[in-house]
Amino acid sequence: MTVPILFARDICVTIGSNEILKNVSLSLPKGSLKVLIGPSGAGKSTFLQTLNHLIPHDSGCLELNGKEINLNNKRELYAYRQQVGMIFQDFNLFDHLNALDNVAIALRKVKGVERQTAHNRAMQELKRVGLEDKATLYPAELSGGQKQRVAIARALAMDPTVLLLDEPTSALDPELIGEVLAVIRDLTRDGLTMVMATHQMDFARALAHEIVFMQDGEIIEQGSPEELLQEGTSSRTRDFCARLVTAIDDKR
Amino acid sequence: MILEKLIVISDALPYILQGAGITLIIVAGAMVLGLCLGVPFALGQVYGPPLIRGAIGLYVWFFRGVPILILMFLFYFGIFDLLGLNLSPLTTTALVLGMTSAAYQSQLFRGAIQSLPQGQLKAAKALGMSRWQTVSSIVLPQALRMSIPAWSNEYSIILKDSALAYVVGALDMFTRTHFVASRTYEHLTLFMLVGALYFFITVIGVYFLARLEKKLRIPGYTA
Ligand SMILES: Nc1ncnc2c1ncn2[C@@H]1O[C@H](COP(=O)(O)OP(=O)(O)OP(=O)(O)O)[C@@H](O)[C@H]1O
Ligand SMILES: [Mg+2]
Repeated sequence: MTVPILFARDICVTIGSNEILKNVSLSLPKGSLKVLIGPSGAGKSTFLQTLNHLIPHDSGCLELNGKEINLNNKRELYAYRQQVGMIFQDFNLFDHLNALDNVAIALRKVKGVERQTAHNRAMQELKRVGLEDKATLYPAELSGGQKQRVAIARALAMDPTVLLLDEPTSALDPELIGEVLAVIRDLTRDGLTMVMATHQMDFARALAHEIVFMQDGEIIEQGSPEELLQEGTSSRTRDFCARLVTAIDDKR
Repeated sequence: MILEKLIVISDALPYILQGAGITLIIVAGAMVLGLCLGVPFALGQVYGPPLIRGAIGLYVWFFRGVPILILMFLFYFGIFDLLGLNLSPLTTTALVLGMTSAAYQSQLFRGAIQSLPQGQLKAAKALGMSRWQTVSSIVLPQALRMSIPAWSNEYSIILKDSALAYVVGALDMFTRTHFVASRTYEHLTLFMLVGALYFFITVIGVYFLARLEKKLRIPGYTA
């Protein structure tokens, strides 16, 4: 078996007396898209943030290309984070920078790329997400979907080997979800390795190589969409999705 | 009668306006010192270890708690002497006002820093930025912008406090006015004049800071 790009081993996180992640392990082969689903409070966001050490784990370890990351070494940690991009539910763009500079800033400050080169690269990434005509607009002047695409461009500009996405469409109006999912779909086609928490089951069914079902800080089930969601199989994942669909239908 | 007063004013005006220059030097010095100390103090209070936070907290309480008049005497006749520093009245006033302003400015920047959305800091970290890179390219550009309105308030306060230069004998606008008044006995006229001058300097300064704020405003951003 080939070495996974990213491997998280037995991650445990406890906050206070609350065990939020209990021995969660995940292996990401190159070019795979794993979709994380599960009820609210399952620990999806927490797990994704432990993967780039935004939330420190109490025990466990992270390996990139088969090499364990020494998270106590600041340089190694910063270098690791450049390899592992992250997309947040609420975009988290830098409010004082226009779209172009949002994408270029980390290139310049973290990678030390010279200004003009960084801008060219940023423009290229904005094109990739279909926003080259919005380069000079500030976050407050962009729609939710556009903001999220800028956030994706910002992450891509760092040439990440893995991209983590935490419910990238949950804060969006329904009519804007499609444009963001389309960008993510293109990324899977380009072979980017990704982990994505989402409630978009149609998207997961169509594109995920594997669905990972979490509940109460544990991975309960994982497998291909066919295995877990096939008519006639009985899986916790299927139950959950059935309820999700009903809930969404109820809301309508 | 009125002519007499006008003559007093026109005689005194050049002398008093030179004092306005001194007043402005004091104010500018104090603002800059307050900024240069206030920003690191604010960062220290937000991100620093407990010991540093505690030390800055003490500093802030000291300068907020002791009247500036007492500080002026304390530093001019006491502390600077003990330190073997022979500082002019002008320098003393600028330093005392600057140190006091640093206490207030640090709190104003601290508020701005803490009001930034935490998500942006997470995003910066996730891009591999170090603490310092995050502070210098994400936190400060936003926090400083946000602080301009409060900063123009600080300007008008320091400007008025600068009249305390009188007690150590710096030849600022107010001290000069007082000299002329005690020679000519035209107290009412002269103090009205100098009051108006302070007022105009305040208005002009606040106007330019408002222009700066507008110029630096982030498009589409209303907060
Ligand atoms: N800073 C914190 N302090 C204490 N408990 C926390 C903290 N952050 C999260 N939790 C708890 O950890 C658990 C997992 O939260 P998490 O946000 O990871 O869930 P999630 O699966 O992402 O849920 P959602 O679908 O609502 O986003 C929840 O029970 C939550 O209350
Ligand atoms: Mg979540």
